[in-house]
Amino acid sequence: MSGGHAHTLHIHGHSVAHRMAPHLKVAALGIFVVAVVATPARAVPAFGVYAILLGTVAAVSGVPVRFIVRRMVIEVPFLLFAVLLPFVGSAPYLSLGGLRVSEAGLLAAWTIVAKGSCGVVASILLAATTEVPEILTGLQRLRVPAPLVAIAGFMVRYLEVIAGELSRMRVAMAARGYEARFLWQAKVLATSAGALFIRSYERGERVYLAMVSRGYTGTMPVFAAQGVTRRDYVQAFALPAIAVVVALAGWVVVA
Amino acid sequence: MHIPDGFINGVTSAGAGVVAAGGLTAALRQAGARLKDRHIPLAGLVAAFVFVLQMLNFPVLPGMSGHLLGGALAAILMGPSVGIVVVSVVVIIQALLFADGGVSALGLNVINMAVVTTLVGWFVFRAIRIPLRPTRRSVLVATFVAATVSVAASAGAFVLEYAMGGVGGIDISTVSLLMIGVHVLIGLGEAAITVGVVGAVLSTRPDLVYGAADLAGDATRSTVSNRRFVGVAVVVAVALLGLATIASANPDGLEWVAARVGLAGSAQESAVASSPVAGYEVTGSGAFGTVLAGALGLGVTFGVGYGLLRLFRRRSTTKPAVPRSAR
Repeated sequence: MSGGHAHTLHIHGHSVAHRMAPHLKVAALGIFVVAVVATPARAVPAFGVYAILLGTVAAVSGVPVRFIVRRMVIEVPFLLFAVLLPFVGSAPYLSLGGLRVSEAGLLAAWTIVAKGSCGVVASILLAATTEVPEILTGLQRLRVPAPLVAIAGFMVRYLEVIAGELSRMRVAMAARGYEARFLWQAKVLATSAGALFIRSYERGERVYLAMVSRGYTGTMPVFAAQGVTRRDYVQAFALPAIAVVVALAGWVVVA
Repeated sequence: MHIPDGFINGVTSAGAGVVAAGGLTAALRQAGARLKDRHIPLAGLVAAFVFVLQMLNFPVLPGMSGHLLGGALAAILMGPSVGIVVVSVVVIIQALLFADGGVSALGLNVINMAVVTTLVGWFVFRAIRIPLRPTRRSVLVATFVAATVSVAASAGAFVLEYAMGGVGGIDISTVSLLMIGVHVLIGLGEAAITVGVVGAVLSTRPDLVYGAADLAGDATRSTVSNRRFVGVAVVVAVALLGLATIASANPDGLEWVAARVGLAGSAQESAVASSPVAGYEVTGSGAFGTVLAGALGLGVTFGVGYGLLRLFRRRSTTKPAVPRSAR
């Protein structure tokens, strides 16, 4: 989990966004997203401001736009849903270029696209500028219960163990002429999932014993806990503060 | 199933956040003693495994994605309280690291995918095991049903949340039929994998299965025959499909909830009201028609989902992506 194994979601860099204390980043993300969700959907310009804020962070931190767009694929199922909404929504209806669309459905589609995208991009930016162990220590400093953080740490490590086991098993299966089809091979899938679990567990157990023999006692040591100055707070919370103001302004304008 | 930001309104999301935090705290307190020692790595492994399961995503139309959930597996392997903690960790990390599920919807997602699946899975598992003899086979049968029901229950929780604060004014009965119906099918896939994992662990390391602690002594090998497996699958599917269609044909409870929170408009006639399966009833054929229409809709949605899945899979065969290769 050191530099050599940096996860694929991370973009290496030394910008302000990268250097910021992780617990402040996580807190800032939380406040920003809540502000976005609390904004009335009809306050369209507010979402423009949010987009500019996120764009600024992306530019400052050097996260390529292409990377963000590619990672936004995670949203696609809900975007499909959003596209359908205006056509299956309830009355009253509007006529839009010859199509009859539901007004409520149109508003809902816009809500999902705008708020969902802001949230997804904000999370992508957090992951892109923060290494996994940093996020974990950040959560620890935010008083997330220790067992949760410990489990999360092991989970992230085991993900690579499982992925490795899985690819070895797949190679072995392919070498024996197996090709996965759908439902009618559920049993093969189920038994190989079982085998995968056991193999990963026994590997993981050895990893755990190795950790214990090197002095692991349940929490990972935090090296050089970053001191946090007032400047850090200002930097971290500038963005969510603007978002909160914009959300409030949105309510005032719409109401 | 991972609800993004803005999909359910702020008030409902905030309420769900409070409920989820309370549930998670209670689970942590309950799990406390067991989570200090060497169970943490097992918990981490189960979490990683659940994580992989949840990435098996079916792009179910219209747009709501469905995937395996893993709550029943966590509950049976680790007990309900640790199970809740484990799956919650998965959901939280997904939101923070993978942008899967909105940060503001974290409470909703924890409730649906961690709390409901784990608790329902565990209680169904226990309930089925009580009258049966403590054998390997009865554990696996209970596992199968528990996994299927847990996924359907999770979909039910989503429907309830959508009724309370969902945007979009889609007919609640449409949402419930689609979500619960599709998730019965996903539940069967989940059940197959859960049975596979629990069975394998029982064979080699019975000490790791919390829900089968009573038969750790005699883990004799006996496999569930293919025919019996398919038989149980069909019975469970038909039973749940029946329940789902009955439930969605009489969505009064949900409409009542919707009306109470001022969403009555959401239960109006939809724009496709004139299509042949509108209202999910093949014209003039009563309850049987409802079931038929439900099955038809399921088949179609599943077909489209499967097609999309194949399409996406073919495109990405070059890189060894964990989620798809797990199939």
